[in-house]
Amino acid sequence: MKIHEYQAKELFDQFNIPTKLGRVATSPEEAGAIARAIGGPVVVKAQVHTGGRGKAGGVKLAHSPEEAQQKAAAILGMDIKGSHVNKVLVVGSADIEQEVYLAVILDRSSRGILFMASAEGGMEIEELAKTAPEKIHRFTTLTRAFPEEDARRVAPLLFGSAHAVAVLGIMRNLFRLFLELDCSLVEINPLVLTPSGEVVALDGKVNFDDNALFRHPEVEALRDLAEENANEVDAKSFGLSYVELEGDIGCMVNGAGLAMATMDMIKLFGGQPANFLDVGGSSNPDKVVQAFRIILSRPGIKAILINIFGGITRCDDIARGILAAFERTAIDVPIVVRLTGTNAKEGLELLKGTALIPANTFSEAVKKVIEAAGGAKDGNS
Amino acid sequence: MSILIDRNTRVLVQGITGRDGSFHAKGMLDYGTNVVGGVTPGKGGEQVHGLPVFNSVKEAVAATKANATVIYVPAKFAAAAIREAIDASVPLIIAITEGVPTLDMMDIYHQVRERGLRLIGPNCPGVITPGQCKIGIMPGYIHAPGRVGVISRSGTLTYEIVFALTNLGVGQSTCIGIGGDPIVGSGPMDLLPLFERDPDTDAIVLVGEIGGDEEERTAAFIREHIKKPVFSYIVGRTAPEGKRMGHAGAIVSGGAGTAESKIKAFAAAGVPVADTIDQLAEAVAAALKA
Repeated sequence: MKIHEYQAKELFDQFNIPTKLGRVATSPEEAGAIARAIGGPVVVKAQVHTGGRGKAGGVKLAHSPEEAQQKAAAILGMDIKGSHVNKVLVVGSADIEQEVYLAVILDRSSRGILFMASAEGGMEIEELAKTAPEKIHRFTTLTRAFPEEDARRVAPLLFGSAHAVAVLGIMRNLFRLFLELDCSLVEINPLVLTPSGEVVALDGKVNFDDNALFRHPEVEALRDLAEENANEVDAKSFGLSYVELEGDIGCMVNGAGLAMATMDMIKLFGGQPANFLDVGGSSNPDKVVQAFRIILSRPGIKAILINIFGGITRCDDIARGILAAFERTAIDVPIVVRLTGTNAKEGLELLKGTALIPANTFSEAVKKVIEAAGGAKDGNS
Repeated sequence: MSILIDRNTRVLVQGITGRDGSFHAKGMLDYGTNVVGGVTPGKGGEQVHGLPVFNSVKEAVAATKANATVIYVPAKFAAAAIREAIDASVPLIIAITEGVPTLDMMDIYHQVRERGLRLIGPNCPGVITPGQCKIGIMPGYIHAPGRVGVISRSGTLTYEIVFALTNLGVGQSTCIGIGGDPIVGSGPMDLLPLFERDPDTDAIVLVGEIGGDEEERTAAFIREHIKKPVFSYIVGRTAPEGKRMGHAGAIVSGGAGTAESKIKAFAAAGVPVADTIDQLAEAVAAALKA
């Protein structure tokens, strides 16, 4: 789960990481008023969950409250990589002597927690990793104990030894935040040194482990549903895992791996998958009804492929679920159904005489659904 | 022969009085698995499918000499259940549960290794040695005894692949679902050497998906250490950046963890990557006949 910069900074503040909090505005007037209250130059920053806000024009400096209002008017309503800007953060601008990068990340490779620090701040770390990987200092801990020795070694490399104590304190607090709130990433980019010698987090990013949200209602409360795809949120509330894509062939599959394989097969055979949808292991018609509704809520769907491996759940039960759902929804696109595994024959038998198009094999199903959607556009077969 | 489990494996079921635990305990018994008991704290002394229920894993191990345990308890309690199995030194722990917090898994991953035990999962279908022992939720009948080892991050996709192999007359030595989470107890590099040493495994199927760099590192590992033929299949070629594809671990982030990168790594290591499941099954069948 992701949160906004202003929320990340509030967490920084709670964990004694020095930052500039500012205030959030949802209208230009409000942004102007906040700038007036802050006094002096401010930065107006789009609050969206995507990176690259600066490049997209979502971060602007304003020298007066009037200018802050104008900049906010330009930024609010912008579209940044598909995210609509509903809020801006108005924050006093800081004088910067030097900027660095500091992050704590869940590291799948070592099954540990990785610290990344670089004296080159401000740019995207992926970019730096490509152009000058030697400038990134990394160290890892495989336990919940703070890696004191490594941290002491790296801390002076950011702003020099005069500020090593401040940096070390920030590293400790970042780590504490990471552990206490079950994060997958905590990033400060940039962490700056001001001319008066203060070390301050000017931007912040915090991602959380979805698996641990059950023990952090305070984190769940930070969720901004407006940032998430409405259909994906909708699907989740029915226990469906759904991701929207750009094609025109809807998919309903049981199991995440098989759902990905289905999308890949559609593409391989020259079609365009419209979504990833894992309907789970049950034969519950309600789930299937909701899945149909969500798939079809996107305009331009030309056909749907239902691909089910009946394991513990029998295919004839699944077929009954599909038929019940089909009868309860008005669907005017062709639906290809492929059932395999337990009682697959009985399941397909039940679909005979209905408008559903049965298929015996995975590849036959994919070919049929592409044909039903108007034929292959590109691809290899 | 086989790896990890066989007809002599004595299996405990943690969470046996729950809906899933009870249902799958029955499925395992029906398959012929030597299930020796179950554990549910507070329900010791009860019976489920004629099996004794114990209050703790320690008690259960002492009474039954179990040497494997399977965990079906809900996500909130799954880490504690795994820790209990570790404390009782159960040599093989198989965690089916989806949704275990990642930091708990970090602790557990290293703990299991220090103790010299083995954990499969979480968020996995389990392990099966066809015809001998099934520990998990997979449908037994799609498997057939044979000489191909299967390692996979997924559930139904694995069934699909196994069923395709079986339908071509290609049986399996042992099939392992390693789990779809960012941190799982055992990865391909832990399991490949076991298949390499198993005299009854002739070839290995490795099913990967987007997210992380395990496949990339595994490719290099295969080139160095594995002489038996390995066949792979990678899903998620069409997955968009930054989106979690069902499994907690299936995500492309910052341009890393793509299917393309994994396919390239396998190709560079001389491991063929199939485009479709049929192609994969046919390639394995052809190699075994050759």
